[in-house]
Amino acid sequence: MAEATHIDVSYVAHLARIHLTEEETALFQGQLNQVLEYVEQLKELDVTGVEPTAHAMSLVNVLRADEPAPGLDHDTVVDNFPAVRDGQVVVPKIIDQS
Amino acid sequence: MLNTKTIAELSAMLAAGECTSVDIVSDVLAAINARDGKIGAYLTLDRDDALAQAKAADAARATGTTGALLGIPVAIKDLLNVKGQPCTCGSKILEGYSAPYDATAVAKLRETGAVLLGRVNMDEFAMGSSTENSGLGKTVNPWDAERVPGGSSGGSAACVAADEAVAALGSDTGGSIRQPAAFCGCVGLKPTYGRVSRYGLTAFASSLDQIGPLAKTVKDAALLLGVVSGHDPADSTSIDVPVPDYAAALTDDLKGMKLGLPKEYFVEGMDPEVEAAVRAAVKKCEELGAEIVDVSLPNAKYAIAVYYIIATAEASANLARFDGIRYGLREDGADPIELYGKTRAAGFGPEVKRRIILGTYVLSSGYYDAYYLRAQKVRTLIRNDFIEAFKQCDAILAPVTPTPAYKIGEKTGDPLKMYLDDILTTPVNLAGNCALSVPCGFSSDGLPIGLQIIGDSFKEANILKVGHAYEQATDWHKQKPAF
Amino acid sequence: MKYEACIGLETHVMQKTQTKMFCGCKHEYGAKPNTNVCPVCLGYPGALPVMNARAIELCCKAGLLLGCGINPRSKWDRKNYFYPDMAKNYQITQADEPLCLGGQLTTEVAGETKTFTIERIHQEENAAKNTHISGASLVDYNRAGTALMEIVSNPCMHSSSDALAYMTALKQIMEYGGISDCDLEKGHMRSDVNVSVRPVGQKELGAKVEIKNMNSFGFIVEAIEYEIDRQIGVIENGGTIDQETRGYDTDRGETFSQRTKEDAHDYRYFPEPDLLPVEISAEQIEQWRSELPELPAQRRARYVSELGLPEYDAGVLTAEKAVSEFFDETCQKTKQYKLVSNYLMGKVASLVTEKEISIADSELTAETLAQVAELVAGGTISSSAANELIEVLFTEGGDPKAIVEEKGMAQVSDDSALEIWADEAIAGNPKAVEAYKAGNAASINALMGCVMKASRGKANPPAVIALLKKKLGA
Repeated sequence: MAEATHIDVSYVAHLARIHLTEEETALFQGQLNQVLEYVEQLKELDVTGVEPTAHAMSLVNVLRADEPAPGLDHDTVVDNFPAVRDGQVVVPKIIDQS
Repeated sequence: MLNTKTIAELSAMLAAGECTSVDIVSDVLAAINARDGKIGAYLTLDRDDALAQAKAADAARATGTTGALLGIPVAIKDLLNVKGQPCTCGSKILEGYSAPYDATAVAKLRETGAVLLGRVNMDEFAMGSSTENSGLGKTVNPWDAERVPGGSSGGSAACVAADEAVAALGSDTGGSIRQPAAFCGCVGLKPTYGRVSRYGLTAFASSLDQIGPLAKTVKDAALLLGVVSGHDPADSTSIDVPVPDYAAALTDDLKGMKLGLPKEYFVEGMDPEVEAAVRAAVKKCEELGAEIVDVSLPNAKYAIAVYYIIATAEASANLARFDGIRYGLREDGADPIELYGKTRAAGFGPEVKRRIILGTYVLSSGYYDAYYLRAQKVRTLIRNDFIEAFKQCDAILAPVTPTPAYKIGEKTGDPLKMYLDDILTTPVNLAGNCALSVPCGFSSDGLPIGLQIIGDSFKEANILKVGHAYEQATDWHKQKPAF
Repeated sequence: MKYEACIGLETHVMQKTQTKMFCGCKHEYGAKPNTNVCPVCLGYPGALPVMNARAIELCCKAGLLLGCGINPRSKWDRKNYFYPDMAKNYQITQADEPLCLGGQLTTEVAGETKTFTIERIHQEENAAKNTHISGASLVDYNRAGTALMEIVSNPCMHSSSDALAYMTALKQIMEYGGISDCDLEKGHMRSDVNVSVRPVGQKELGAKVEIKNMNSFGFIVEAIEYEIDRQIGVIENGGTIDQETRGYDTDRGETFSQRTKEDAHDYRYFPEPDLLPVEISAEQIEQWRSELPELPAQRRARYVSELGLPEYDAGVLTAEKAVSEFFDETCQKTKQYKLVSNYLMGKVASLVTEKEISIADSELTAETLAQVAELVAGGTISSSAANELIEVLFTEGGDPKAIVEEKGMAQVSDDSALEIWADEAIAGNPKAVEAYKAGNAASINALMGCVMKASRGKANPPAVIALLKKKLGA
C-alpha cells in the first residue's frame, strides 16, 4: 500500500506545545504516518451499536463530602516553583486572553 | 547472602530472630554496590535512609510489631511519589522536583514497615518496553548485559533478578510489569484495574495504568499485592472490594481448575523457543490437574491499534502538566507559549514527544470519532471477548512476549516494530482484568521466557494459585544470572 | 434595513462550597497566595480528582431553580489548553453530558414579562488567579480548582436591557437558592457574552462575536450596546462580521478584536478517565426539590397575598435576600407587617447606606425591630421617635423599651399635659383658630404643629387632634 499522509507533525507539535527540530519533525512525520497507517485496520470492524469503553469498570457516583482536608505546606509548594516572588510563581507575562 | 532470599524466607528468619532488617538491607546494598554499576537499575538510592528505615523496622519488631513486609527492602519504580524524594519518571523534565506526598501504595508499604529502598529506572513516563527510553540512565538485562531488561518497569525487574532488591513495585499500562518480568526471569503481576490505588502514580494512560509487584516468587508477589491493594477514597477508580489473603490461598495442585488457551495468542512471528516453552508449561499445568480448554479472543489482534490511540490520547493530556511552570525543569521564554515549547523540547525524550504528538493528533478537531471513539468501541469488543472466555475457564495461559529479550538498540529505530511486541500484553490492560508473568524456561541463548496467566477481574487469587502451583513444580525461578 | 440583535450569555457562577471541586482544599477568598493548595489543584504528578458531592448538589439545585431537567447520567471531560492558570493544562468540565439540561428564567423587562431559555448548566473547575507585574505575571493557585458552574442561555435576548434583566434575576435566584454568594467584586459571577445581529425576519443567526469574562453588569450592558452598533455599522457598510472573540476596553467604551491563533479552539475534549459518571435518581431529584428555598417571585407574591403589602414594598424587600430574610424573621414576631416594611425600606435602608453597615452586621435584630413596630402600633411612641429609636438600635443595640424610657421617647396621651399645650397653641394662633372656625379644616394642622413642637414630638397626634377639635367646638 502506498504510504498515505495522515498527520501534519509540525502543526500538532505546536498544539502540544513542543518545539521540534526539523530533523525531529521529519523523523516523526515518517514514523507516525506508519503508525497511523497501521491503526487504519480498525476501520475493518463494524462497530455500529457498540458502546465505547471509557472505563474498564462500571462504577458511578464516587463522591467526597465537602469537608476541608489539609493541603500542602506553603513552603513546600514554593520550594518546587522554578521562580518565586511574594509566595507566587513567576511566569513570563501572560497576554490576557480574557 | 540475604539479598538472594525471598520475602517469605526473610520474614520467617526475621520472626525467628535469625537475622535483622539491617542485615538484609546491608546485603542488598552490598549487592547494589557490587553490580549496579553494570546493571544500572537504580536512579537514586539513599543508603543511610534505607539503613535508618531498617533500624526502625528492627526496633518495631523488638516491641512486638509483626507484618509480612516488616523490615523487607522494596525498590520503587521512579513513577511513584515518595514524600521528600525526587520522582523523575525517567525524565529530565522533572529535574528538581521533590515529591511532597506519598503515593497510596507507598504509604501502605510504609505502614507495614517495609524499607523503601530506592528509585529504579524506567522508560520515560513508562513509555516503552526496553527501558532504553529512560532519559536518565541505561539499564541492562542481568542475564545478558547486551540485552534490554524490558520495560517500562525495566529497573524494577532488573533489580529483583539481580538480587539488588528483595522485591519491587512497578506499573503496567500495556505490559510494563509482565514483559520486563518475563525478560528478566522474575514474577510480575498486573492487578485488575481498580485493585491498587493509582493515587501518587504519575499517570501515563489513566484508564489503563495499574501498580503491581515484581518479585522472585509467586508467593512474594501475592504478599506484596496484599499490602498495596485496597480501596482508596483518593482514587475515584479504586474499587471497594475486600482484599483476600492472597498468599494463604496458594496451593500446589490445580485440580478442578479450567485453563483456557487462546489460539490467537500464538501469533505469527513468535519465536519457536517461546512457543515451545509456553506449550510445555501448559502441559505441566495439565499434569498438575488442570483441564485445558480452547478459548478465543478474536479481537485481541486489534489491541495494539486500540492501545496506541487510547494510551497516547490520555498521555497527551496527562503529560500537559509538565510545562515548566510550577515544578521541574524550566527553559525560559519570552511568553508562556515559548516557555512551554522550549521546556518540553528540552525535557522530553523522543519517544515521549512522539506519543504526545500522536495522542494530540487523534484527539484533534475532526479526528476524534475516527480514532478515539472508534478505539473505545473496539476496546469494548476486546473486553467482551474476555468476558466470554472467562465463562469457560478460570484463567487463560499465554506467552508474555513474542521473543525473549532483544539486543540493546535493536528496535529503537522502528517505533512501530517495538509497539507490535506489546500484542500479547495490551489486551489485558484494555479489558481491565489481571495477569501474571512467571518464568517458564530459557532460550538456547540462556534468556528467560515468561508464561502469562490471565485472570478475570478481581480474580488475582486464581492466577496466583496457577502460578504458584506451576512454580512449585518447576525450578525456573530458582535460576540466577551469573555475575 | 432593520436589524435584530441576538444575545446569549454563558455565566460562570462560583458555588458556595467549603472545599474545591476535586480536592479538599479550602475555598476561601483573600487567603495568603498558594496556601490553599494540594497536589491535586497544583497538577502534581500522580494526583487524582474526586468529586465534591455538595457542588454536584448545588449545581443540580441551581438547575431545579431554573426549571432545568437533571440529566440521569452525566459525565466528565477534559478540555485541553495550555495556560499558566490551569495547573494541569486541561480543565475538567462537562462537554456533551452536563448535569442540567434546558430551563428558563422569567423576569420583567421594562414592565413586560419575558421568559429567557437556558440551554444547559454544567459543572467545571475554576482557574488560578494571575496578577500582572512589570514584565511578568504571578500565579496564585488558591482559586484553582474551586467549583464553578456554567449557565448557558440560548441566544434569546435581543437588547442590553434583556441581558441586564436576565443577569439581575439570575443573580437573585443564585443568592436566594444558597447556590452562590454572587459577590461580583470577588468574581463569583462572570459572563461571556455572545452577540450577533441579523436582518429582522431572517431565521439564521448572524456570525457570533464573543466578549469574554466580564463581571460588571454595567460593562456588559455597554459592551453589548457598542457591539450591536458596531456590527450593524459593519454590515451596512457592506462588510461581514467575523466569528471571533473580542475584548471590552472599559476606558474607551469599545470592543476590540482579540485574534488568537487558529488552534486556540482545538480543545481536544475527551472523557475524563480519572472520574466516573454521575447518576442522579428521580428520588434524589425530588429530595433536592423539596429542599429548595422560596424564590424572589414566590416571595413577592406571598408578601402581597398573605401579608397584604403593596406590590412596591414586596419588590423592594425581596431585591436583596438578606433584607427579605430579615423582614420574614421580624414578621415572625409582630403582625405590623406594613410598619416593618416601612422601616426597612426607609430608616433602616438609609442607615445601611449612610453607615455602610449591612443589616446583618448592625446591632439591629428582628426582635428589636419587631418591638419598635409594636411600640408604634400601641401608641407608645410616635413615628418620628421610632426613627430615632431605630438609629440607636442599629448603631448601639439594646432593649427598645428601656431606651424609650431612658430617653423619654414615650408619647404623651395624658389629657392634663396635652391640655396645657393645646391651650397655649390656641391662644398663640388666633388666625389659625379663626380660619378653622371659618371652615378651613386643614388649618388645625398649624395648631397641631405647635403642640408637637411644645411636646418635643412626644404628644400622641390622634389624641392632640381629638383634644383640639373638642376645644374648638367642632
